[in-house]
This record gives sequence, C-alpha cells and structure tokens, in this order.
Amino acid sequence: MTLTVSMTVNGKAVSRDVEPRTLLVHLLREHLGLTGTHVGCDTSQCGACVVHVDGRSVKSCTMLAAQADGASVTTIEGLAAADGTLHPMQEAFRNNHGLQCGFCTPGMVMSAVDLVRTNPDPSEHEVRTWLEGNICRCTGYHNIVKAVLEAARTMRQPAAAE
Amino acid sequence: MTTDGIGAPLRRKEDYRFLTGRGNYTDDINRPGQAYAVFVRSPIAHGRIRSVDTADAAAVPGVLTVLTGADVAADGLGGLICGWMIHSKDGSAMKAGAHPVLAQDKVRYVGDHVALVVAETQAAARDAAELVAVGYDELPAVADTAGARGASSAVHDEIADNTCYQWELGDQAATDAAFAGAAHVTTLDLVNNRLIPNAIEPRAAIGDYDRGSDSFTLYTTSQNPHVHRLVLSAFVGIAPEHKLRVVAPDVGGGFGSKIFIYAEETACLWASKRVGRPVKWTADRSESFLADAHGRDHVTRAELAIGADGRFLALRAHTTANLGAYLSTFSSCVPTYLYAPLLSGQYKIPAIHAAVDGVYTTTAPVDAYRGAGRPEATYVVERLVEVAARELKMDPAELRRRNFVQPADYPYQTPVIMTYDCGDYEASLDKALDLADYAGFAARRADAAARGKRRGIGFSAYIEACGIAPSAAVGSLGAGVGLWESGSIRFTPTGTVVVHTGSHSHGQGHETTFAQLIASHLGVEPGNVEVVHGDTAQTPFGMGTYGSRSLAVGGSALVKAADKIVAKGRKIAAHLMEAAEADIAFADGKFTVAGTDKEKSIQEIAFAAYVPHNFPGDLEPGLEETAFYDPVNFTFPAGTQICEVEVDPDTGVVEIVNFVAVDDFGVVVNPMIVEGQVHGGIAQGVGQALCENAVYDTGSGQLVTGSYMDYRMPRADDLPSFKVGLTVTPNPSNPLGVKGCGEAGAIAAPAAVMNAVTDAIGQEIQMPATAERVWRALAAAPMAAE
Amino acid sequence: MYAFDYTRPASVADAVAALRSAEDGKLLAGGMTLLATMKQRLAQPSHLIDLRAVPGLSGIARDGATLTIGATTTHAAVADSGEVRAAIPALAHLASQIGDAQVRNCGTIGGSVANDDPTADYPAAVLGLGATVVTDRRRIAADDYFQGLFETALEEDEVITAVSFPVPARAGYAKFPNPASRYAVVGVFVAAVGGAVRVAVTGAGQSGVFRVAAMEQALAASFTPEAIADIAVPAGGLNGDIHASAEYRAHLVGVMARRAVAAAIG
Repeated sequence: MTLTVSMTVNGKAVSRDVEPRTLLVHLLREHLGLTGTHVGCDTSQCGACVVHVDGRSVKSCTMLAAQADGASVTTIEGLAAADGTLHPMQEAFRNNHGLQCGFCTPGMVMSAVDLVRTNPDPSEHEVRTWLEGNICRCTGYHNIVKAVLEAARTMRQPAAAE
Repeated sequence: MTTDGIGAPLRRKEDYRFLTGRGNYTDDINRPGQAYAVFVRSPIAHGRIRSVDTADAAAVPGVLTVLTGADVAADGLGGLICGWMIHSKDGSAMKAGAHPVLAQDKVRYVGDHVALVVAETQAAARDAAELVAVGYDELPAVADTAGARGASSAVHDEIADNTCYQWELGDQAATDAAFAGAAHVTTLDLVNNRLIPNAIEPRAAIGDYDRGSDSFTLYTTSQNPHVHRLVLSAFVGIAPEHKLRVVAPDVGGGFGSKIFIYAEETACLWASKRVGRPVKWTADRSESFLADAHGRDHVTRAELAIGADGRFLALRAHTTANLGAYLSTFSSCVPTYLYAPLLSGQYKIPAIHAAVDGVYTTTAPVDAYRGAGRPEATYVVERLVEVAARELKMDPAELRRRNFVQPADYPYQTPVIMTYDCGDYEASLDKALDLADYAGFAARRADAAARGKRRGIGFSAYIEACGIAPSAAVGSLGAGVGLWESGSIRFTPTGTVVVHTGSHSHGQGHETTFAQLIASHLGVEPGNVEVVHGDTAQTPFGMGTYGSRSLAVGGSALVKAADKIVAKGRKIAAHLMEAAEADIAFADGKFTVAGTDKEKSIQEIAFAAYVPHNFPGDLEPGLEETAFYDPVNFTFPAGTQICEVEVDPDTGVVEIVNFVAVDDFGVVVNPMIVEGQVHGGIAQGVGQALCENAVYDTGSGQLVTGSYMDYRMPRADDLPSFKVGLTVTPNPSNPLGVKGCGEAGAIAAPAAVMNAVTDAIGQEIQMPATAERVWRALAAAPMAAE
Repeated sequence: MYAFDYTRPASVADAVAALRSAEDGKLLAGGMTLLATMKQRLAQPSHLIDLRAVPGLSGIARDGATLTIGATTTHAAVADSGEVRAAIPALAHLASQIGDAQVRNCGTIGGSVANDDPTADYPAAVLGLGATVVTDRRRIAADDYFQGLFETALEEDEVITAVSFPVPARAGYAKFPNPASRYAVVGVFVAAVGGAVRVAVTGAGQSGVFRVAAMEQALAASFTPEAIADIAVPAGGLNGDIHASAEYRAHLVGVMARRAVAAAIG
C-alpha cells in the first residue's frame, strides 16, 4: 500500500508517496533530505527527533508520516530566520555552550522552544522536568538549562534584548 | 588575556551548523546507489552454530546478498584484534580468543554477529534478516564476572578457565609486610558496575568500494579514523592502507565507544565490494545496547593499611575484570595499565600491590569508556580513604591532607609506575571545601533531619593519567601502537590558515580550541583558522581522540608546527626585509627587524611564500608545516569533588543537592569548553553511582537492560547545576602547560556520590545506589535518630 | 515495523466497520504505545485505523458533577485544562506526570484506557474515581472495565469515545516513576467521591490496576495519611523486576497512598 501525504514543512508545501509504515522522521530525513532531525533511540525516549507539528513538540520517530498529513511541521532547519539569524533559543544554546557533539541538540532546542511557548517564565526545576524527554550524554544538562532560562528571558522581552 | 586568545571563553565555531540542523553525521550521508545492511544477531548468549539457512532471506524482494561466517572464511578476512599485549604474572602472554567478523563456529553473547543481509531498502533488509534460520546447540551462559573463572562452560573452547590473564603490579612482599605492621586496616568489597556508553548518535557506517580505482572509502562514527584504517588494512586485510580512506565526519559523542574497530563497519566495507554498491548500516539503539563495547565491570577486594599516625602504609587490591566475550581493540589495557598505576591516588603510599584477573564471559566486549580504568582506580582509592576516615573517626578532608603528595615532592615516583610531575592537591581541596561550604554542613544535616531527610557528604580527591603517551612508555607496557600525535598548519596565499590534526572532535570543540590556540600562537584571527579533522585523505596520520589527550598531545603537535611556521616565516621575512635571520623577531602576527621600524605581517609573508618571485635558491616557497609530538610523560590532572545528597528514607530516593568540582587541568585554553567537559563527566559519573547498570541475566545471559526503558540514563531532572572551579599548576611536561579535562568528571564522581550516600545512610551499598537498594539498607539497619 | 494498511475513517461507525473488516485491525489514537510496540516488531496489525479525523472524539466538558473527557483528548490537554484543574486537580496532576512532554502532546486518554498497560497512570484515576468508560455502544463502570494485564471489557470492535469522571469531594495522586521509562512503578489514586473513599493502585499489580479495600475503609473513617500508616499491602501478587522487587513495591504502595491522601487534603 502506498499513501500520498501532504503537509507544510518549514513553510513549504510538500507531498510524497510513502508506505504507511513510514515514520515522520523518515519522511523528513530520507524523503525530504532534512537530516537535522536525528534518531537516537527506538523507544521514543531520547528526544533527538523532536519536531513541532502544528506548533507542539512531538517525537517524530513515534508518529507516522500519515498522522502528520495536512499538518504544519517545523524542524530545526526551519527555526532560524530566513537570513540565517538564529532563533533566541538557538542563540542561547550557542552563548551558553549548551551543546557539545550536537546530536541531541535539534531535539533539545525544539523541545525547549515548546516549553517556553507553554511556560514563558519557567523555573530551573520546571526546565529540568520538561526536558526529561530529551537525553543528552555530553553536557550534563547544566549549560542546556542555563541556555533555556536565558532564552526564556530573551523571548519574554524581545525588544529589550536588542 | 585577549577576548579570543588563550584563556578566553570563545564561543564555538562548530555550533552554528549543529544548531541549525546542518551537521553532517554519518547517517546523514547517502551515497549514490547505496544499499542497506542489517545484521542477524545471536538471540542466545552461548551456543554452537549448527546451521545457517539463508535461502528464505535471499528470496525476499530487494535482497542483494546474505553473507555468513562461511563467506568471511572463504574470503580470508582477518579477525578483529586487540592492540595491547598483557603478560600474566607467570610471564605468559594473554590468551586472546579469535574474534571473527561474522561468527564461525560459536556465538558468544546475545548480539554476536551471525549474518549480514544487504538489500535495496532498510525495511527489506530487516524483513529478510528475520528469515535467516540459524540452528544453535545452546551452551551455558557465563554472565557473572566473579564466577567466570570457575564456570563449567568455556567461552573460548581453548581457554578452559575463561581467564585471559592473571596480571599483577607492585611489590607484593613489601605490601604484605606493611599490612602486617599496620595499626589499622580498612577493607572494602567493591563492585564497579557495568555501563553502556550510550553516545546519543548510534554507530553507523557506509562502506563504499570504487572499482575504478580499486579503493575503498569508509564513512563511519570513529574517534580515530587513522587507527581504523590501520587495523582494517593491516589485520583484517580489507585493502592496502593507501587504497582505504576512512572518513569520520561529525560524530555524535564517543566516550570511548567509537575508538574500537567493530565487526559492523568492517562487514560493510567488505560487502560493498561483494555487491558492487555502497553499503550503509545504522545501528538502532537496541543494537547499540547489545553490541557497542561496554565499560567498567570490576569486582574488587581492596584494603588500605594505615599507621597509628594516620599515614597510609600500603594498599592492595584484587580485581576480577570482565572483558566480555572477545577482546575489543584496547580492552586488555583498561583494567591493567590504565587502572593499577593510578592506585596511589593523590597520596604517598609506600607499597602498593594490585592483582587483576581478566576474564571472558558471554557478554558484550568491555573496553574503554570515559575514564577507562581510572574511574575504577579512583573508586577503589577514594572509597577506601573515606571509609578509613570514618573508621578512624577522622575528618575525611584531614585524612586526605595528611597523606597528600606535597608540591615539594615532585617529581614524585609512585610504587606503581607513574612519576607525578606537578600538582597542588591541597589547593584544590581547600577551594572545594570553600565552594561546598563544608563548614556549614553540620547545620544543613540537622536541617534535613528536621525535614525527615538524611543528608550526607562525600569527597573524591582524584588523580588521573592522561594523554596516554609517551610512545616509549606505552610500548614498554605492551601497546601495539605509538601514542604521539600529528598536526599540520597550512597558510593559504591570502593569509588564512587551515589546520589539520590527527586527533578527532566528537563534541570536544577542537574546531574552536585549536583555532584559538593557533590563532594565538600565530597572531591571526580565530575566524581565519579552519580546523580539519576526521579524514585520512586530508589529515596526517594521527592517533585520534581518547584519554583526554587531544590538547596535551595533539595541541602540542600543532604548537610545534606553529613554531616551524614561524621559523620558516623568519627566513622569508629576513629575505624580504633584507635583514639577518637572527635579527627577525615574531610577535602578535608580525615579523619585525630588531632596531628598525620594518615589519611584515604573517599574511604578507604567506603571500610572498606562494608568490616567490625573487626567492633565493635555498629558500623554499610555501608556508606549510607538519609536526609530530611524542610527550615525555603522561599528564596528571587532579582535583577534588564534593557531593552532598539528601536521602528520602521513606522511598530510598537519593537527591544530589550540591555538587562541587575543583580541578587542576594545568593551563586552560577555553574555560567555557573545559567547564562543559567537567559537567558532562560529572553527569556520567553520577549516572554510574545512582542510575546506570548494565544487567545480564546470570542464567540465560540475556541483556535485561537493553533499552532506555530499563537502562536508566541520567536526565535533566536527575541532576543539579554544578559548582565548578579551577586551580592551576602548569604542566612542565608539554609546551602548552596543559593536562586534559575530558574524563575528570567521570573519574571522580562515582566515589564522591557513593561516599555521600553511604555517609547519609550509615552503611555500605554497591553502585548504583538505586532507591530500592538504599531503602533496603535503611530497612535492614535503620539509623538511630539524630 | 512490519508493513500494514492505513485508513482514516471520518466517523465512529466507519471506524467500527473498518475494525470488523480488517483481519487484525488496531485503532490508532496518539500511537504512543502502539507505534512503539510496532517499531520493536512486537505487534503486526494488518490495518491501522487512525481516529484523528473522527469529529467529536476530543474535548473536555463539565456537566454538573460529571467531567467528560473525549477519547482522543491528549494528556497535555487534560493537564493544561482549566476545567479539569478546577473540577479534579488530581486528574490534571496525573496527566502532567505521564511520560514526557512530547508523549503528553500525542498520547490520549482513550488510548491509555483501551491499552490498559499495568504501569500506565490513567487506569488509577479511572478506577480510583469510579469513572465510566463510554464506548460507541455502552457505558462501562470502571469496576467492570479493567480485567487484568492489557485486558478490558471492550469487545474486539468496540471504540471508546469518552471517559466520564464524577467530580470528587477530594482526590490525590502520587506516583513513584520508573526512573528509566517513567511509567509508574507504583501510582496510587485516592478519592473521596460519592460518599465513599476509593483507593486505586497502578504499576504494582501483576493483574493490573487494583483497589485496596483496607485503605478505603480506614480513610472512610478518617481521611488522613495517619489513618493508613499501618496498613500493609501484601507483596504477593505484586510485580517484581530489576527496578523494584515486589516487597519494595508493596512498601511504596503505602508511601504513595499516604502522599496521595496528603495531596488530596493539602
């Protein structure tokens, strides 16, 4: 069986014929060449594959491409401005050394953006709790937490941060 | 210090691509015409292969080939090797069981490689792999480290007692004599739990054979591509070295697990020639759990002899080290030369004796994992010292202080090989005590008790040996390789710089630190320095990255190359400015003539080097230099960690409420990156102490903790923010004065955490200190109310 | 994942028809358990019937003393719902403790209740509140619904459309999460509802979620943590694994029950 799935990915309409068992992450990586979204586990726990579907963070390794049919998907490639200016969350990760090998980073950033969407002024505890679905083996989370807190500050006061 | 020179927290050059999804990891690479490999793995721990029937698998649409151990034998493919020879105390060589790329006669652990399916799609390969019918005559599993030597079943038929070696280090007679005269002896039985490295990027490989040039390219997740190439060529026999290129692009963490030469990438290369197509394999996490080399797994009886004056007299340890089913690439040296030589810790201990039995079991191979031997040694020493202090009713900080090697003692020769060259252990201890507010601990403990919690504090004053060099030293200890490093610096005609290093970055930030280092030495902008690594076709032969060696050894090689650049530049400057070479000075990127206002920038010199219109005959064009650096000693980072925990006696849950690390890494190039390394190391050490445990069922040999559903990775909400600090004693043994920072956190933290937990609950338990273990300990012997 | 066919019916009736006609059809809601299981090749359904295009299955509504949550309402929606927080804060709290943020953005109450994983959180609330599972054809009381490990009263072709919770006088949930998977090692939901006290335990039982009569009686007399301090749950019949032995789980049932009561009266 082949399905046609259509969706908006990073603002562009895309359509592909896929097997029903095609996961969203495979559609992104293999059919669309968007390799910024990573696969780090097979039990939906590491969070390297987190993308936004209709504005909410999901694990794209545990969603069929068919389930995202008609949705608006944002991946790490779609987060920065068109001119390459980093999103405040990306900038905060860079500024706070919130990444080392970079493999968990796309999922971590996408998850953190969703946190700040739902909770614009999170405490350190809330950041740590929210990020339980994202595993990082390099940073010990210390600088990731710092980065998310800094980004939340910036995102609350976009004008003042200029 | 400038804003981007040595000592500056320069933001990383590599981050933009990682933050925007433009990294280039192995699985992101797709080669034209690529096919996909899936391995058929043993579902049992131990058995003889009676038959392998590939017919049904081969008939699945899209399957290109199904390869088995018979094909490996028919093609004469060599086995995987272990590159470090260990001799037993009786002088005999270690017993290394054969390690074929695909199993020949037996399978020896769950996950062992039996066959390889190559197909047009990954899904087809996986569907077909399920149809390969393998008949086994099952044999008993040998999954228990302590019981392996006496097991009735032999993992390798020719090694009846499952013993690879019985090795020793130190003077046993002197040690026993010291124990006989000791006023106090502290004894501990310690389990150093088995860990699974779990770099978040799973291993992956693309083997790509080009018939036109009869050459191979391997894209793979490697920490040391040149070593990969050497082994694949010289021992496995894939191709002559010059016909084999190994590319390790962006690599998503290694922690040791990507040092080793595994069956999977080897098989992909071999298969690519057999099918005439690039062959790609990407591990899923379940495979990583089964087949990545694991770490640690020691069982130790350790004893510390102490005089009436509180001074250490001797230490002895008997360790059984689980090597797994086969010897992985460097596995033999981890529980021997990377372990026992660190048993002196930061202390003057006149006599030390260590005996290590390396045993085979029907489990995944065990090899170097962040710290590799040194966390195990630190755990032995620092648990012994802490428990000794409790037994002697001494302040644990004071007992340590009384026994520290003192600054005046350097160079200090331990009884176990190492010559410590510098350090100031009291300085880091004092700073840690301050950061941890040690003086306020009693009040915090009382406050916790009032809240129904048990609070404990624990120390770990660690030392490690980094660099894993010099070559002469490691060679004398059995290493099959030299452990120097290479670097080259190439100026372009327009004055920008390309640096090639034989080390490899998989999270450590070399593209930034090395650029910072070279920019500082040559007086150029870091933004004009590009660091190239990870491709045997581009970089000089180098030994790769592990053992916290990249800056100390690889950075030193680059500085030597920079010195050569300056020397060459001086000749060119002398020519251009019509001065004697001896009168040319170089500083801040400018060559000047002493006593004049003449100067040429290094960029002008580079341009002239490539446009040498009037060079004299004895002056070579070009500005490019390569250097190889072989250190004169290991480096010895050291420091103190202090961990404070609160235990919930109702549930046994341990919470880390404060964690301090003060490290002496010598000169620090980029403190931001160094702190990040410390944080990550601490998290892995805390993981070992509280969370992680690779468990094999002792009856069946099945890996019980085979996914993140059962193997507990430390998460953000398991950890606090850390307090880190630095002290500096410049390393006299390399030109940069640096020591290495990659492993310290993981080396020291397990002892700090377990010292805190056992302080809180008043009794000994083994790692990991899970809630149930803590609860059981408290239930068995509840502490008196404080 | 093995291959399968995919359909996306537009009504509950079409979903039921698709289930009936498929050789081994499975309903797909959030997919947090089903897809994970299929990825491990531990399940091989012939058809997945995706409920997300079925109108009216998602949403939260309060009608007097009853709070009704549509089957495909996500855990995040429940956790964040002002309606739920006002009516049954313990239920919002429970939903906020399921899995992780991304699981909560996809996973649904209907999927969780239909799957009846013995370590899932929702069964504790459904049983602990004495909720009603509403399907395409009937209403099933919680006490009749849960029938063992992954076993429920649902027919093969039956579709959960909603879960209706009575609004309790007070309720609390306390969970000891599996530190690796974050499922419940032990989760205890206590509620004073409809003039009675109910205590439901998930995560611990070999046969799935269960009630603790002795605790219910003691709490009916005195709704305080102290009232159940001496009530031990026997370890027999409880799960034991590398994360927690049966004895430890039995102990944790007591601890979590007391904490749930404390939260309820907090």
